[in-house]
Amino acid sequence: MFPKSLLSFLTSVRPWLSAFLIASLLAPAMAGAGMTIEIIGGATNKIPVAIAPFVGDAGKEDDPAEVVRTDLQRSGMFELVSTSGLGKPGEAQSIAHAQWRARGADAVVVGQANRLPDGRMDIRFRVYDVVRQIQLAGFSYVVPAALSRTVGHKIADVVHEKLTGISGIFSGRVAYILKRAGRYELQVADTDGDNSVTIASSPEPIISPIWSPNGNKLAYVSFEHKKPVVYVQNLADGKRKAVANFRGSNYSPAWSPDGSQLAVTLSKDQTSAIYLMDADGGDPVRISRGGSLDTEPAFSPDGKWIYFTSDRGGTPQIYRMNTSGGELKRMTFEGSYNVSPAISPDGRYLAYIRREGVGFHVAVQDLETGQNQILTDTLYDESPSFAANGRTILYATLVRGKGVLATVSVDGLIKQRLSLSGDLREPAWGP
Amino acid sequence: MNKVLVGVAMCLSLALAGCSSTSKVSGKSTAVPIEERSSGVGGEAGGGVPGAGVSTAGAPGASLASGGVGAGTGARGGDGAGAGAGTAGAAGAAAFQTQALGAAGAEGQSLGGSAGSVAGTGNPVTDPRFKDPNNILSKRIIYFDFDSYAIRDEFRAIVEAHARYLRENPSVRSILQGHTDERGSRDYNLALGQRRAESVKQAMSLMGVQDEQVEAVSLGEEKPAQEGHDEVAWQLNRRTEIYYQGE
Repeated sequence: MFPKSLLSFLTSVRPWLSAFLIASLLAPAMAGAGMTIEIIGGATNKIPVAIAPFVGDAGKEDDPAEVVRTDLQRSGMFELVSTSGLGKPGEAQSIAHAQWRARGADAVVVGQANRLPDGRMDIRFRVYDVVRQIQLAGFSYVVPAALSRTVGHKIADVVHEKLTGISGIFSGRVAYILKRAGRYELQVADTDGDNSVTIASSPEPIISPIWSPNGNKLAYVSFEHKKPVVYVQNLADGKRKAVANFRGSNYSPAWSPDGSQLAVTLSKDQTSAIYLMDADGGDPVRISRGGSLDTEPAFSPDGKWIYFTSDRGGTPQIYRMNTSGGELKRMTFEGSYNVSPAISPDGRYLAYIRREGVGFHVAVQDLETGQNQILTDTLYDESPSFAANGRTILYATLVRGKGVLATVSVDGLIKQRLSLSGDLREPAWGP
Repeated sequence: MNKVLVGVAMCLSLALAGCSSTSKVSGKSTAVPIEERSSGVGGEAGGGVPGAGVSTAGAPGASLASGGVGAGTGARGGDGAGAGAGTAGAAGAAAFQTQALGAAGAEGQSLGGSAGSVAGTGNPVTDPRFKDPNNILSKRIIYFDFDSYAIRDEFRAIVEAHARYLRENPSVRSILQGHTDERGSRDYNLALGQRRAESVKQAMSLMGVQDEQVEAVSLGEEKPAQEGHDEVAWQLNRRTEIYYQGE
């Protein structure tokens, strides 16, 4: 039995429903980006929302309302309600709540996007709960016209958060490697694949891109010198520095939550071990001991712990240590291959890759209860990372031999697949 | 000299090409190409590793050039480059390079710099045994079982032959590249590849090869010898390859 107002039901039992309503990452790409996104699965109860056309002279390409529609629809959590015949209310007029209610909507988004004489866009919106007949939020933005779509994503984030209680993740950026025509390109793009920028490109592999906590830099591993070397590159000016280029192999960079340090794996002392160093480069200090193969460091969000992969127990498993290398604790016990730890921003979940039979799957452990669950049925999963709201995991996998990116919600219900012409790999969600 | 000019010209043209912005959002140019190595062979794990070294132009004590054997060993081994060998770790601590990608100079020089850094009596580049299919020294690949870095009995002779050569020619430098098949985590595979390279290096040390003669690196799953997704391909990718400086 559904209550008459799904929306007020949702808002009243929000904490419970938060466990089920999972934010999903990626809206479909516009044709220009060339990225295809398929949605698999969706939330059990979708929220009906109407996005009225925005008043104003934004072109179709830059129409923020269209961006909001596609973001919300493809999140798997919303049902778009038709707005035909109800005009363009704009954001200054009062809303005919009953009319929207009669259409079956629980919420409506109205707005306008006007070009200013200096070429910038003035974009405003309001989102209303048409059952309680109140405004939930309203914002205005003045931005260069090129940022109209970004504003659309920000509006989608606000609407998502107001209606589900969970932050939206549409306006973030993702980094990934695209391999095509014999070259490896490290790209950064919007979460719908649009606005992609190539940060670095090389005929040799680039792997392990990872964002600095403030989003201004990317650390990555490049094989341009025929061995792995860790670089840190500023996104603003493209300047980069080889911060770990010791004898042997240098890889697996991970930023401390305050951005001041990097954990890296170095083989310079005859064994692969984890070291801490200044993010600008400097003498590394070894912190992992006792294993013959320690790698893939990942900081906990509070900066106290470093999770990592080690074969000290005989098979690759995930462990945790403090930043001096003490208080060692093993985290995974099921199966003989558990690697690639990633911690959610709220510290609740550990995502990782588990080998089961012939398949490598994204799995998640609830750090409070210790419960583990395999989330995917794709077979060659790798590189899991969390979205900022801690509910969606982005990873790479192979589908019919081709590298694609995919997302899965922490409960396993909502999945998406993203592909480009070329192999996609090594995704990293921006902060 | 020609190589240097070509290298510099390539670097400059690539740097200029890279300055075009592909971003619609910001006007800043953020597309940054990494210069191609003129000796690099795309996708071919056997291609030109030691020759493609990048020297840290003019930095004293910068013994850990970000490069293959060509420049790295020149500084590390102290032959001709003037930098003390020392332990790799101690020397490496001071060796950070700031690389602005627009600074083609440092990268461009390396292509010329790798020539002439070899000294010593043996030269695997010219020694015909290394190319003679009937000679064990032409065998350069050691294969491994899944998830393992143990050297199988059938490959011991190859390791011994190369170890003997290195022991008898102490100024010769080599690089061991460890690889894995594609399955599992990329980073874990880098570590596993490293183990496979270290495993061969350790076997060589036990036979008297000096530490500074061998650098063990990992390419993980990134440079497969075979691109397929089955055991036929996978077993050909689980390997350590032996290269000599100048190849």
